[in-house]
Amino acid sequence: MSAAGLAPSPLPSPPARAPASGPPLLAVEGLTKRYGGLVAAKSIGFSVRAGEIVGLIGPNGSGKSTVMKLIMGLERPNAGSVKLDGTEIAGWPSHRVARAGIGLVFQHSRPLHRQTVLENIKLALLPDSLIRLLADPGVETRARAIAERVGLGAVMDRRPGTLPFADLRRMELAKAIARDPKVVLVDEPFAGLTSAEVADFSALIRGFRDEGKAVLLVDHNVKSVAALVDRVFAMYLGERVAEGSAAEVMRNETVRRVYLGGSIETASRPEATFAGEPLLKVEGLDVLYGKAQALRQVGIHVHEGEFVSVVGLNGAGKTTLFNAISGLVPHSGRIHFAGEPLAKRTPAGIARGGIVQVPETRELFGEMSVRENLDLGGQHLPKAESARQLEWLFELFPILKSRGGQMARTLSGGEQQMLTIARALMMKPRLLILDEPTLGLAPVILEQLSKALERLRQTTPITVLLGEQNVTFALPHADRVYVLEHARIVWEGTPDRFAAEAGTGYL
Amino acid sequence: MLAKTFRNPLFWLCLIGLALASVLPLWVSGYILGLLTVAYYFGVFSMAWDLLFGFAGEVNFGPTFLIGLGAYTAGILNGHGVGIPLCLLAGTVAAVIGGLVLALPALRVRGPYFGLTTVVAVLILQNLIVVFADTTGGEIGLTVPDVISIDAATNYWIALGFMGVSGLVLYAIAVSPVGLILQASGQDPVEAGALGFNVAKHKLAAFCVSAVFSGLAGALFVFYMGTASVGTLIDVSVGVQVIIGAVLGGRRTIVGGVLGAVFLIAAGELLRPLGSLSTFVVSAAALAVILFVPSGLLGILTRQGRHA
Repeated sequence: MSAAGLAPSPLPSPPARAPASGPPLLAVEGLTKRYGGLVAAKSIGFSVRAGEIVGLIGPNGSGKSTVMKLIMGLERPNAGSVKLDGTEIAGWPSHRVARAGIGLVFQHSRPLHRQTVLENIKLALLPDSLIRLLADPGVETRARAIAERVGLGAVMDRRPGTLPFADLRRMELAKAIARDPKVVLVDEPFAGLTSAEVADFSALIRGFRDEGKAVLLVDHNVKSVAALVDRVFAMYLGERVAEGSAAEVMRNETVRRVYLGGSIETASRPEATFAGEPLLKVEGLDVLYGKAQALRQVGIHVHEGEFVSVVGLNGAGKTTLFNAISGLVPHSGRIHFAGEPLAKRTPAGIARGGIVQVPETRELFGEMSVRENLDLGGQHLPKAESARQLEWLFELFPILKSRGGQMARTLSGGEQQMLTIARALMMKPRLLILDEPTLGLAPVILEQLSKALERLRQTTPITVLLGEQNVTFALPHADRVYVLEHARIVWEGTPDRFAAEAGTGYL
Repeated sequence: MLAKTFRNPLFWLCLIGLALASVLPLWVSGYILGLLTVAYYFGVFSMAWDLLFGFAGEVNFGPTFLIGLGAYTAGILNGHGVGIPLCLLAGTVAAVIGGLVLALPALRVRGPYFGLTTVVAVLILQNLIVVFADTTGGEIGLTVPDVISIDAATNYWIALGFMGVSGLVLYAIAVSPVGLILQASGQDPVEAGALGFNVAKHKLAAFCVSAVFSGLAGALFVFYMGTASVGTLIDVSVGVQVIIGAVLGGRRTIVGGVLGAVFLIAAGELLRPLGSLSTFVVSAAALAVILFVPSGLLGILTRQGRHA
């Protein structure tokens, strides 16, 4: 299970078939959604015809999920139109959208745990009626047929809780089939699946197309859906960046820049300059979430003073890796820090020992001022030292000084991220772990953050472990790069070799 | 369908339980029958509450709002010379209308706020009753002129029959397609919506059904007791007892509520010699069951039934 699992064929070559024609089944125009000041989707327009599979692609925070929710009626658009077979459905509540003929295959859902798989599928076959106390006899037969079709025939009398991950996804697919929608939206169709399962699911999704449904696949990168889609619509920061066949979009300059960065200046120091035992050494790390293997035999090491980036797409296991190091998730394998095993220590003990993690979710104290957040980070330092540290941090992030009295939750996303990093630095960590600091940030903020990291690296002997899916941000500072893919480390090397050897997986 | 029912240990448990309960007046004293009569009405309160909590996923902290509306409407009308059947009907309707007025805005808010709204509703009702003491009897309580019967056994059988029918209807709803949709709405409202179910409509309907049985049981209870007072019917602590009964008996089982209510009242009675300590002991026992046997008393029983 590696990169090969996601790209059964070398390059996209949709099977030779008559191109879908006729009026579009789903037509989106000028769709716009704002959350406060953030424009999550800006005048998005595309269409999907019957018998066509279109990929809606974009990195984290690009707005693709927002667009999906707007179509499904889970969010209301600020402007724009969504037409289903000619009927305007923008702004309808989701149950009406569903009845009108749009189905959504959720990536995660909470199935009915006390009912069997079959009953879960039956649920999707029920009418939205308050007085139907007895189900149609036909429902049972249809539910069974659908269970067989998606490959759940052998397990339909089991409870969802006893099923492996892939079967739960099959059940979600079965529910969508049961609704017999005209338009099917699939959220991250292949996340967490093995290559054999990917092939199965691809066949099922092609089945939708052959039945004349319009299919929209929502995913992070082109590559994972390239073999399946007829066209791709790529988004970045709420806007359209490219549209065309998978091959065209993968060749597109903007897309390449978004995913791989332009010509990246790297400034790595050879690993040999960091002498001695590594500060952090992770070997044979395994983490299981229920049935899903989140990390498989992961091994990494970080030397004192080194800047190491772990690059991986959403769901690859970056956060899990960091949480395991910080002692937040149960794991097997060995983690050594400064020569000592961490296995027996509590998360608080690990943090006091010098490993400070800046979580993806930031976890600021929103109702406290910027100063109070920073002072909390410096709690355990003597007063004079805390003041010195604060002075230095204000130099590193000047904006925080001018915002000192403001409540943390009123800061912009970028400022909040800087505050989170600054608060972590107040603890004077030996190893600073940054988990996706760029999540949802605008390019100009990225640049500021990037400069601050650069200064940090040049002026202090700090050791940094950075997790990113934004390659542009992860490479310039890194001395060494690991690529994490589907729970495994699949590549290790210097940043200048990344684009040539591992970059294609990131388009 | 029928074969499935016969294989269900719960079905046999209920049947045996009901059969035993119906011949009880031949053996036990009127005092014990009186206790059980109260327990059966509380059982209905708990079952009606479980439909909302166990299936629709909404915690109604104010079951006594619905119960109280039913009880007081029936009681006050009876004081003005309206006959018992009409009073029962009016009490039920009042509970449904009150429930709708409360649920329509309350179901728009998410999570804990729904629960808070329902607590506040109880407090408001309590205040109204005290303020309009001329009509409601205020803090002293309301005495109704009519009672259903003065015979303990008759009252007992009426309560038992009412409980049996309520349990059957509520259970039938819970296991029907509507119940399935309701559970889905409680479990994952976003997905339920995307599957084409109007989540608000289904939850509102569940609230109304819950109100029907709470209100009717409240009204019947008044005509059994002959009185209605804030302390016995509306106080938040009464509501807590209803909730504990449902959870203790077994969440998402409907019929578990009866078991919980009987247990609470029986335990309270058995431990009466302990004085005020008895409340503590009963609460501690209830807490232990909730913490260590989350499936409740019914969960223990049916599991044994399956082994047998």
